[in-house]
Amino acid sequence: MKYLLYKASTFTLTITFISIIIFFVFQIIPGNPAQIILGIDADEQQVIQLEEKLGLNEPPLERYIDWIKGVFQGDLGDSLKYQIPVMDILKDRIPVTFSLAILSILFTVLIGIPLGILIARTDGKWYSVVLSIFTQLGIAIPSFWFGFLLILLFAVILNWFPTFGYVPWSDDFWGALKSFFLPSLAIAVTNIAVVIRYLRNTILDQSKMDYVRTARVKGLSERSIVYGHVLRNAFLPVLTIMGMIIADTIGGSIIIENVFALPGLGNLLIQSITSRDFPLIQSMVMYIAIFVVIINFLIDLLYRIIDPRIRLKG
Amino acid sequence: MRLLKRNKSIPFNIGVTLVVLLFLMMACSLFYTPYDPNAMEPQNRLAPPSIEHPFGTDNFGRDILSRVMEGSKTAFLIGTLSVTIGLFFGFLIGAVAGYFGGWIDEIFMRFIDAMMAFPGILLAIVLVSVFNTGMQNTIIALGIMTIPSFSRIVRSGFIQVKEFDFVKASKAKGAGSMRIIVKHILPNVISSITVAVTLSFSGSVLAESGLSYLGLGVQPPDPSWGRMLKEAQPFIVSSPTYVIITGGVIMLMVLGFNLLSDGIRDLRDKKA
Repeated sequence: MKYLLYKASTFTLTITFISIIIFFVFQIIPGNPAQIILGIDADEQQVIQLEEKLGLNEPPLERYIDWIKGVFQGDLGDSLKYQIPVMDILKDRIPVTFSLAILSILFTVLIGIPLGILIARTDGKWYSVVLSIFTQLGIAIPSFWFGFLLILLFAVILNWFPTFGYVPWSDDFWGALKSFFLPSLAIAVTNIAVVIRYLRNTILDQSKMDYVRTARVKGLSERSIVYGHVLRNAFLPVLTIMGMIIADTIGGSIIIENVFALPGLGNLLIQSITSRDFPLIQSMVMYIAIFVVIINFLIDLLYRIIDPRIRLKG
Repeated sequence: MRLLKRNKSIPFNIGVTLVVLLFLMMACSLFYTPYDPNAMEPQNRLAPPSIEHPFGTDNFGRDILSRVMEGSKTAFLIGTLSVTIGLFFGFLIGAVAGYFGGWIDEIFMRFIDAMMAFPGILLAIVLVSVFNTGMQNTIIALGIMTIPSFSRIVRSGFIQVKEFDFVKASKAKGAGSMRIIVKHILPNVISSITVAVTLSFSGSVLAESGLSYLGLGVQPPDPSWGRMLKEAQPFIVSSPTYVIITGGVIMLMVLGFNLLSDGIRDLRDKKA
């Protein structure tokens, strides 16, 4: 209980810091923000109007409080470019990024975990060395460039998938799956490599533990030692990096959506930066950061529930 | 040099070789490139690799090898400077938090947590969107992005070493904070920092290529591999070698520094 209270307070503190960082960064836009948004050619009347609309004449603390209230009530004002509420724009974009993220995490888990187990069990064999080399490449590869290579191989040469574009799930399920397949794989490649390497290391570490020797002395088969004992303990540390992986997946989709022209949050973010739609950028970044913190918080809790050693200690 | 002789691991040596080769390419480009990287040959657009143009030419008929060499300057510059910024501020934050502990530590670390809640290059994107694009702002943004990893390593190093008996002993003898930090704590965290330096270097190179690909990083006339890839994308079908070679060079550079960092870490673990 004490632990929960501590965690909840650090959670609140982190969110507060995030909101201060984001708010502060958008306050130090060099020059007059209204002028920058409208461009140099805007006449004075327009600038004054926009200043009023954005509340730029109010003191910063008041604006910060207004903005935070808006963030939690889902009322973020209007986008400057689209002239409609920010929330309405985000509503259309979130499902695209969400689908990409889910599919990408599925790839990471379904490919990364079995290969990680394989590479640990066959440690030292030639194919486990080859797989290790591939994981090094997977970590070093720029995800958007891997996206290009996937387009070249699967869309241009083999013609299995569309090169880019977006099909909504409601229109055509298989079409949507096809349009998300290559981009999610491009996002997942680095995470797959990370999971394989991490899982291999934790399995090899666990194999040196005393309880493995005990199990062996008891006459348990190698198979039941690995699947019954080692893996259970090796998966726990992997859970801790899941938070990082989910964050990286969201970060990766910012770039990849632009490679495959998918109308998600990442695509919107880059467009908003080009059109200097600061209210939209500010809220979008805040929501993404809050999402990441919540995920990490939940994983922390899950870890405690699964691992009794930590639960009992605190 | 001593590190090289003692470390017989193959991946480490591949890493060193890659980094040295790319560094030589960068050094060479300061004095010589086969062609003027900006000279256009309109009659020779999107040519495949040949003897005259080993990497082929781009959509304006510019020599890709010369442009890749030119881009290596940007990659090394951005990697070096952003890691320097990250190391300086990261060390400061981590050292203060780890050494003093208590509520100072708590506040500093929540601040670092807040920075780490921006996934991937989002923090850099936000900073660049406010400060505008270009070489200088890209370096600052990427430098800020690498602060958290350094401060965490330095902090945990300080906390660990603080509890060692020899540090407690020298504190008891009345040694000042500065002396303890320089004499006792630094030598113990230096290998972890070296690992983080090489990793952050490759991270910065990777992030710069992503930013420049999105059009938010280095701007013309400064050369950049990421922007070359942005320019190459429309010609992915007609001239695949342009895309493959440019991205391949980025990957080799990142791979080189990652392998280097793995090698240094293995060496440290062996010692310990």
